[in-house]
Amino acid sequence: MIIATSCEGITCWWCDKSWRLIACEFPYIGSPPNTRVMGMTIAEKILAIHAGKSSVSPREIVDARIDYVMVNDVTGLPAFEVFEEFQTSSIIENTVLIQDHYVPNKDVASAEQAKSMREFAGKYKLKNHFDVGRGGVCHQIMIEHGFAAPGRLIVGADSHTCSYGALGALSTGIGSSEAASAMATGELWFKVPETQKFVVNGKLGKNVMGKDIILHIIGDIGVSGSLYKSMEFYGSAIESLQLSDRITISNMAIEAGAKCGIIPPDDAVFNYLKNRVVGEYTPVYADEDSEYDDTFEYDASEIRAMVAKPHLPENVVPASEIDVGIDQAYLGSCTNGRIEDMRVAAEILKDRKVHPDVRMIVVPASKSVFEQMLREGLIEVFMDADAYVSGPTCGACLGGYMGVLAEGERCISSTNRNFIGRMGHKDSEVYLANPAVVAASAVTGRITDPDDIESN
Amino acid sequence: MVEKYVKGRVWKFSDNVDTDQIIPAKYLVTGDRQKLAKHAFENVRPEFAEEVREGDIIVGGKNFGSGSSREHAPRALLGAGITCVIAPSFARIFYRNSINIGLPLVECDVNAEDGSIIAVDFEEGKIVNADTGDVHAFPPLPDFLMKLLDVGLIENTKRKLKGTNG
Repeated sequence: MIIATSCEGITCWWCDKSWRLIACEFPYIGSPPNTRVMGMTIAEKILAIHAGKSSVSPREIVDARIDYVMVNDVTGLPAFEVFEEFQTSSIIENTVLIQDHYVPNKDVASAEQAKSMREFAGKYKLKNHFDVGRGGVCHQIMIEHGFAAPGRLIVGADSHTCSYGALGALSTGIGSSEAASAMATGELWFKVPETQKFVVNGKLGKNVMGKDIILHIIGDIGVSGSLYKSMEFYGSAIESLQLSDRITISNMAIEAGAKCGIIPPDDAVFNYLKNRVVGEYTPVYADEDSEYDDTFEYDASEIRAMVAKPHLPENVVPASEIDVGIDQAYLGSCTNGRIEDMRVAAEILKDRKVHPDVRMIVVPASKSVFEQMLREGLIEVFMDADAYVSGPTCGACLGGYMGVLAEGERCISSTNRNFIGRMGHKDSEVYLANPAVVAASAVTGRITDPDDIESN
Repeated sequence: MVEKYVKGRVWKFSDNVDTDQIIPAKYLVTGDRQKLAKHAFENVRPEFAEEVREGDIIVGGKNFGSGSSREHAPRALLGAGITCVIAPSFARIFYRNSINIGLPLVECDVNAEDGSIIAVDFEEGKIVNADTGDVHAFPPLPDFLMKLLDVGLIENTKRKLKGTNG
């Protein structure tokens, strides 16, 4: 017997607990009319586990235990100031401080900010502090150093914290004050998100990458298409992606407004984490009968190499259908600054030159990506092509430094945002694309589908 | 304590106002509200910082506050004297940040223009446009968020650390 008929808050007659329980303590025979007994999505399950509850429902507010909290040099300073107001000396060990946005220090003010992080790390004896020359772009570091892992709940004072969904974690961006609160208490409040399911089946074409899948989806659902929600990605095209491409997809979930973008972890993740992950982890998967707010299906073979035009990531067109000149080509960032991205671009740039009217800037996402580029001879390829290669930094992705745009300038960029003034002057323009499109466009001086350059 | 009733002049914005527009990244070298306020909307509404007055209200379009997690954005608005932001929907990190630091947000689709005078009653869940007489109703914040807005995240965390969070 059931004492309610809606899908939420249904109470089991026998055990007096929610039907959303993974297993009722008593056998239930048959399904009563107008009722549904539901499982949980990945986000719901991770939040339930971290809130110490057997189940949670969408829109419920829970206090949940945090596995890691991260801040960078820009969001760190306000967090440290708030933390001092708590007048506590206790700070969770799994606090990670990463200098990446404006380091090496771009000016005196950013130098002061970076210094405050060093001092905070020293004062509270935080061992996970990644300073210049030891780390790189925060999300790449969180992944490379094995902090991100399946089933974990991770918050970071940077909106692209959602990147770790590619490893099956629920990770999401927060503000500085709540990062401080999470450092002090080890907990944070969450509204349980509704979940949308994205199924991508089929085979991607040559030069079509994870970036194109997520741009295609954002083009379809819009920049607020997943507002407040959790995106879950499934399908043969997702399963066949290497981890770096999956990270690109999860990374840009925020550009659809999502709280997180989670991919069920498989061997690609488990193998990556071997000899890397810090501590133990437990993968979490959605129940077969979990409820999704919406389901979207796509055919990978129909997805082309895409470009998002200014000034929103939803303004998506195939690269082959756009013909505009560029002043700069930017390859890097937490979205596409990994070794796999560098290989794709180097393959196109090998034995070619960057167009004389274009500056190409290559920014590996971490020290280890840089080292691997050296080992594979990619730095040489880029330099032979007349590209400029820098050490890891967020740099010009957010208009900080190392490639800021002048008035009227146009940049093809492997980054994640093309907002007004994002990479420099308010009248400059950013076109988002995958690393292959960035490299091909750097060569021709115009936005170019790599298929076109390779056939020449 | 956050005011339960505010009345002020409207600054009207369109859809998808991102936090790069609210406060460009190059100014993210301080957490100080007043310093940040001097550059609020600098790229898209260069007159804003100069002309904004204590008690003004922002009426935005959908997905207000999208993009970067920078808490500097609601801090800049508080520093500029903004008492409330009204929009049909908000980006989630901006939403959390605003509530945490005491900037009230109202999810509501409101007819208002630049310079309109509107009044917001948070307890009754009512917005009145003093120019047109239009009345809009909105559901009040859930209790948990209302308390958080009122107490502030800093105080809330202090109470939690002392074990007095009730």
